[in-house]
Amino acid sequence: MNTQEIKLPSRIESVDAAAEAADEFAKKCGCGEECVYALDLAVRESVANAVKHGNKFDESKNIEVSFSASGDVIEIMVRDFGTGFSVADVPDPTDPENLLKSNGRGILFMNSFMDEVKWENPPGGGLQVKMRKKL
Amino acid sequence: MSDITITERQAGDVTILDLDGKVTIGEGSVALRTAIRRVLGEGKNRILLNLGGVGYIDSSGIGELVSSFTAVNKEGGTLKLLNLTQKIQDLLAITKLLTVFDVYEDEAAALASYN
Repeated sequence: MNTQEIKLPSRIESVDAAAEAADEFAKKCGCGEECVYALDLAVRESVANAVKHGNKFDESKNIEVSFSASGDVIEIMVRDFGTGFSVADVPDPTDPENLLKSNGRGILFMNSFMDEVKWENPPGGGLQVKMRKKL
Repeated sequence: MSDITITERQAGDVTILDLDGKVTIGEGSVALRTAIRRVLGEGKNRILLNLGGVGYIDSSGIGELVSSFTAVNKEGGTLKLLNLTQKIQDLLAITKLLTVFDVYEDEAAALASYN
């Protein structure tokens, strides 16, 4: 199994850093253009959520990102160390009453571009999202 | 170097903003917000966003398009979109925002629609 782990500070610049790492990892695993795009977008959205809503820009807390490839599946894990939140409580951005809201579409993109998205509250606190994509 | 370049052109009373680069969280989204505020501040409220040069956009960028749309509407104006790339079109479809924005593939047709 091919794996890579990175720790990033809780700032917006980490979104680009994580996406670049995802691109490199995906290309190394033989992902095609569409797959690279999907992983890039899902990583951007999940890391942005971790920085903003998870760690709330608290630079004393890191974001942990890991990539692993096994067979024809790539798994990405993004973890923050915030107080956590219930994904079920996030309003549906495609509901007509939410269409003109300026945020709340990141999870929709993660669900749309990845084959599997699973949220967990790991021991030690925070929120962890595991996403899988078939090559 | 900035991730995005925004160039302003005028076609009659329509202000065209040509975007080139990435509209993503941070710099790209802020640049779009700043450009829209500046144009509105100059009293120009008929705005056409040319997204033909935007190779990448994330949920923050999509959110900024929505914010721009509502800010222009609030000023009694109209914001329309021109030259969506396939990726942007897909994201607007997923978010059901294609039902919100007036979208054009041809600049002349977009400009004519303001009359």
